[in-house]
Amino acid sequence: MIGIIRYGAGNIFSLTAALDRLGIPYGMVNTVEDLELYDRYIIPGVGHAGAAMKKLESTGLVPAIKELKKPTLGICVGMQLLTSYSEEGDSTLLGLFPIKTLRFKDSNLYKVPHTGWNQVFPEKENPLFKDIPSGSHFYFVHSYFIEYDKAYTLLSAEYNNEFSASIWRDNFYGVQFHPEKSGAYGETLLTNFSKI
Amino acid sequence: MLSKRIIPCLDVKDGRTVKGVNFVDLRDAGDPVELAWNYSRQGADELVFLDITATVERRKTMVELVKAVARQINIPFTIGGGINEIADADALLNAGADKISINSAAVRNPALIDELAKAFGVQFVVIAVDTRRIGDKNVVHLNGGRLPTERETLEWILEAENRGAGEILLTSMDHDGTKAGFDNKLLKIVNDAVHIPVIASGGAGSVPHFVDVFEKTNVDAALAASVFHYGEILIPDLKAVLKSNNIEVRI
Repeated sequence: MIGIIRYGAGNIFSLTAALDRLGIPYGMVNTVEDLELYDRYIIPGVGHAGAAMKKLESTGLVPAIKELKKPTLGICVGMQLLTSYSEEGDSTLLGLFPIKTLRFKDSNLYKVPHTGWNQVFPEKENPLFKDIPSGSHFYFVHSYFIEYDKAYTLLSAEYNNEFSASIWRDNFYGVQFHPEKSGAYGETLLTNFSKI
Repeated sequence: MLSKRIIPCLDVKDGRTVKGVNFVDLRDAGDPVELAWNYSRQGADELVFLDITATVERRKTMVELVKAVARQINIPFTIGGGINEIADADALLNAGADKISINSAAVRNPALIDELAKAFGVQFVVIAVDTRRIGDKNVVHLNGGRLPTERETLEWILEAENRGAGEILLTSMDHDGTKAGFDNKLLKIVNDAVHIPVIASGGAGSVPHFVDVFEKTNVDAALAASVFHYGEILIPDLKAVLKSNNIEVRI
């Protein structure tokens, strides 16, 4: 069963609705003790990465999250929290990935936020993207991106520059897009995660 | 590459769609959730719900609508109509809305844009602008295009961007309902001037109008209502034509 880390950064209604539709069981993690109840975790998040990190720290869950050995998926800002640093609020983050979250350079050709459906391309084999073709579209809405890194980038995407649409290290996964809003392939991804 | 988005717009009153919708296989053409589901299956990239409920129960009916949509639909959606304060936006965010669209309330109180962006992030804040030409000027209008304001359209849009709008939904009231094509001239001026996404609205009547608006203005998305609702344009056909014109779409 998936434990959703609750720390007050953004609404999770759409995520739980997607899990309900897919028949994937889940519960909420509010305390360190709750972590024991689940075999995998999702860290959701929207809004400001620095503010989200402060909220996460205030829950007291941070040391335990850093030590997690079970599959853990960060979504959007929840993924950015896994990196070491964000330009948003000049924030120090969890540091589970030694890479940075940077702001897109905006122009009238590359609008920011990067909003809409963009293609993603696998850089590595991974069960998270089972049955999802290379070049599939996912729904993004973000102004900050995780830099491309050969060691950690699981999926790449292109918007003015190449960036990490997904990252992976050991049991930690992140996706910048919103699988709960990304049509059928987004649902496939959530189902895949529930089986990793 | 990032795709151009196709967005059907649904008008909703008291939890029911207002304009007639002509899908053959619908059980209930007035049910916004069933319509939304249908559009998502057709390949719509996003949906906009415009709530025109005028009763005191408005916020409650909007929240119920948003929850019902978020439970069933796996694509993003925006809700607009009568959002005046942070508490309205907060209730809609928690009910599962991806974005909110603000129109009159932002013109009357521009600082609301700053407050919403700060509270929820710019990605949540769509500023809807209804514009109409008066003489040689493009002027912001309220109340569905009936009430002119003092604001020049581009100047207002730049202020909204500056204050924290994450997206602009620009409706030309001169073109709306004409089915003669989008206002490509104004859309290009606006699209070239801002660094946030622009949704074109008003005037869609045929598939070539969508090709035109993307080729001539490079806007990020195009919105329409009746051509989709009455089945005059089917989204898969529209996207096939856009793709054959080398316009990036999600198929």
